[in-house]
Amino acid sequence: MTAELVRGQNHPLTQTRLEIRVSAGKPVVAGATLGDEQGRVPGAEWVVHPGSPILPGLEVSKQAAADHRLAVDLGVLPESVHRVSVLLALPVSVGGPVRFGALAAPFVAVTGLDGSEVASYTITGLDAESAVVALELYRRQDAWKVRAIGQGYAGGLAALLTDQGLGEAAQQLAHAINDAVTQGLARAVATPPPRPSGETRVRTASPGAGATSAQAGAQNGPGTAAAPSGTPDAAPSTGSPSPVDPVTAPAGAQAAPAGAQPALGGGRAPSSGGPINYTHPGRQTATPPAPPPPTAPPPGPGQPAQPVAGDATGWSMEERLYNQVWGMFEDLARTAAAYRSAVDFADSRMEQELDKVLSDPRSRIGGAGDAAREAARARHARLVDQARQVLDRDLAQLRAEADVVEPALPPAYARWDNPVWHAYRAPTEIPMALRLGDLHLPERADLRIPMLLRLPLERGLWIDSGRSSSGTASFTDSGQLRRLALDAAVAHAARLLAAYPAGEFTVHIIDAAGSGAGPLAPLVAAGVLAGPPAVGLTGVSGVLAQLTQRVDLVQMAIRNGATDALPAGLDTAQQLLIVNDFPGAFDDRAVTQLRYLADEGPAVGVHLMLVADREDAAAYGPLLDPLWRSMLRLTPVPDDHLADPWVGHAWTYEPPLVPPGSQVLHHVLNQVAAARGPWNP
Amino acid sequence: MTVNMTKGQAISLQKNDGGTLTAVRMGLGWQAAPRRGLFGSRTREVDLDASAVLFADKQPVDVVFFRHLVSDDGSVRHTGDNLVGGVGQGGDDEAILVDLQRIPVHIDQIVFTVNSFTGQTFQEVQNAFCRLVDETNGQELARYTLDGGGAYTAQIMAKVHRAGSGWQMTALGTPANGRTFQDLMPAILPHL
Repeated sequence: MTAELVRGQNHPLTQTRLEIRVSAGKPVVAGATLGDEQGRVPGAEWVVHPGSPILPGLEVSKQAAADHRLAVDLGVLPESVHRVSVLLALPVSVGGPVRFGALAAPFVAVTGLDGSEVASYTITGLDAESAVVALELYRRQDAWKVRAIGQGYAGGLAALLTDQGLGEAAQQLAHAINDAVTQGLARAVATPPPRPSGETRVRTASPGAGATSAQAGAQNGPGTAAAPSGTPDAAPSTGSPSPVDPVTAPAGAQAAPAGAQPALGGGRAPSSGGPINYTHPGRQTATPPAPPPPTAPPPGPGQPAQPVAGDATGWSMEERLYNQVWGMFEDLARTAAAYRSAVDFADSRMEQELDKVLSDPRSRIGGAGDAAREAARARHARLVDQARQVLDRDLAQLRAEADVVEPALPPAYARWDNPVWHAYRAPTEIPMALRLGDLHLPERADLRIPMLLRLPLERGLWIDSGRSSSGTASFTDSGQLRRLALDAAVAHAARLLAAYPAGEFTVHIIDAAGSGAGPLAPLVAAGVLAGPPAVGLTGVSGVLAQLTQRVDLVQMAIRNGATDALPAGLDTAQQLLIVNDFPGAFDDRAVTQLRYLADEGPAVGVHLMLVADREDAAAYGPLLDPLWRSMLRLTPVPDDHLADPWVGHAWTYEPPLVPPGSQVLHHVLNQVAAARGPWNP
Repeated sequence: MTVNMTKGQAISLQKNDGGTLTAVRMGLGWQAAPRRGLFGSRTREVDLDASAVLFADKQPVDVVFFRHLVSDDGSVRHTGDNLVGGVGQGGDDEAILVDLQRIPVHIDQIVFTVNSFTGQTFQEVQNAFCRLVDETNGQELARYTLDGGGAYTAQIMAKVHRAGSGWQMTALGTPANGRTFQDLMPAILPHL
């Protein structure tokens, strides 16, 4: 029978193998500390957390999730452990809630392995706390008991861990835990945009009408009549209530409970007979509207649907293109996964079959062995052929889609060689996203997916001027690589400047040794910088002090709800600090300030772009690891270091370098400067 | 029209008009059974989970379940874990959508299972059913009533397998015990 505990109440545990279930409604970090007889935690190695998820007898999830299932085996815990404190904390710097008061009361339950609940506890009364000790399992006269604790800490994990007796290690450990949670995101390109429920992109390239009707049907809930075949993209009804798309759940592996974000009715009124849609057309919490009817003629029988630019959901053409690009990205990732898994399977099967032939004594006589080997190879070839056919079919369709999408992209999404840049004028609104380069897979190197990152930037950019680990850059010497990295940084900065309305994006440069004067010239000459690149120790500390102060001021204002009390002279534009040759001319204080900017800046509009070789900063040891991890690493030469959020393929990234001899960069920067002219003489 | 299949019955997923089945959905719905007792009908949470195991040549190569909601190739999608079941609306509380045309070429069988994660047997759930639906027209291909089904915590429901150029479905309906699909693997293997 379940004991519903109140704060402070305890309950005996008869089993030693238990599961602790947590449900918090929003992603939380779960962990546990192991304490000795006095209740003190001897050291950081006695804490299970996402960065170190397994200790004997205890396992927690590596990610923040709305629901957790912690495995506990009290029987194999070390003898010295007398207390297990189960803790929950809100993940920092992921844009979620910062206090438990903003969530529904978290619920924890101790269950047996058969799922039977032993005790449960709802942690009520939390407010500004961002970390809480939920339960305590403790040894009392050779038996274990559970006690409901519910002790919250407004000071977060660090305060909680300090209270557990970790002392100075607490702060560091709290950082490590937060790092581990964010690290899961570090290699990922970004979280994909949510796909509206039930939406399937039309990409099945199986013959004509059959495919389209299948797709249209798939979008309808069960029970609705099938869409008449031959009418592609018959306005899909998004009415069937489905939960959020799994891939968008921050937890990744563990999904939020179904219905966590119930899809409202379709964005547009049903064409006939259905209930009236009362959704305000401008309200964006509803499912975005379905793609507009296609402008292309319906495909002839036996032809795949003609791809159309903007063939995705969204409130504007820009959003539709953004979603379409992400859809293509996912399709390519999944198509490649299907192909690779089929080929892997064919390989391993052939290997097994050949081994069998080898170990079979009969195959040594006559041609039986050769025949069997031949058959195994033929089976292998047949499967690989089939897989290749499917892959080629999908790639051809994606290629056709890319061919219509690329020319339709607005400047912020377009490559430099897109003619749209020649007609560039400073925008009046910030675009949703910015293209940071291209991504492709080895299966088809010429099928490039625009890598779109949401604006405003959520983390810093690191343009790696060091030698690539994969060796693709081995042909370039280090001087050349540094030059290329700066060129890439200038190209990124120019795109950012061009993406923001006039005067809403300010760029600072630290070039301590002045070594970047050549590549930085376009930015300097166009007069789009806040000032000349800062040189030398005083220059470095001046710029850092200015930006640090800005972060402090804005943070303070936001915390106190007094955003109108900011000094009149404060530049309200987003700030970008480009640092060349980090950590040259950086003293310890400057490094600390830079780390502060990297951590706290993005939330208040101060962004970082580091052009650096990690080797140069090796003297700092692991101190800077969190800094490198917090940034999105981009390379100046093609390099396969980025992972997609669905399957985790290694994608080759290509920077958005300006085509040789092209004047587009000058043209765009001059436009940016000209648009600012009247206000910034 | 509902086809109540009997155990071991195989149906081809060819449609009447000659086209083959292109998308199927496995739906699962349930309610916790009320316990009679001093405090009335207080119910205990029941968590049933739907899973799909993808096999190539009798080797499991991918699984779609509450911890892996989309097969890597994207052809099989779980709509998300439901921990408590429905409130009796009769709809699917969990569903797995399979786009048969996008299944990688080496995968030749998909086995659908239902497990009681919280460990209650099917005797303790009400209105529990699992079904296979042709997603293109909403027609039910197979339906099992799980409640009152005996002291089992799992069922191996059906398998969808390649036959010629299309797919065929065989109803299995084998009761078993286990909290997740891993526990069922020994019971699944004989059906491949």
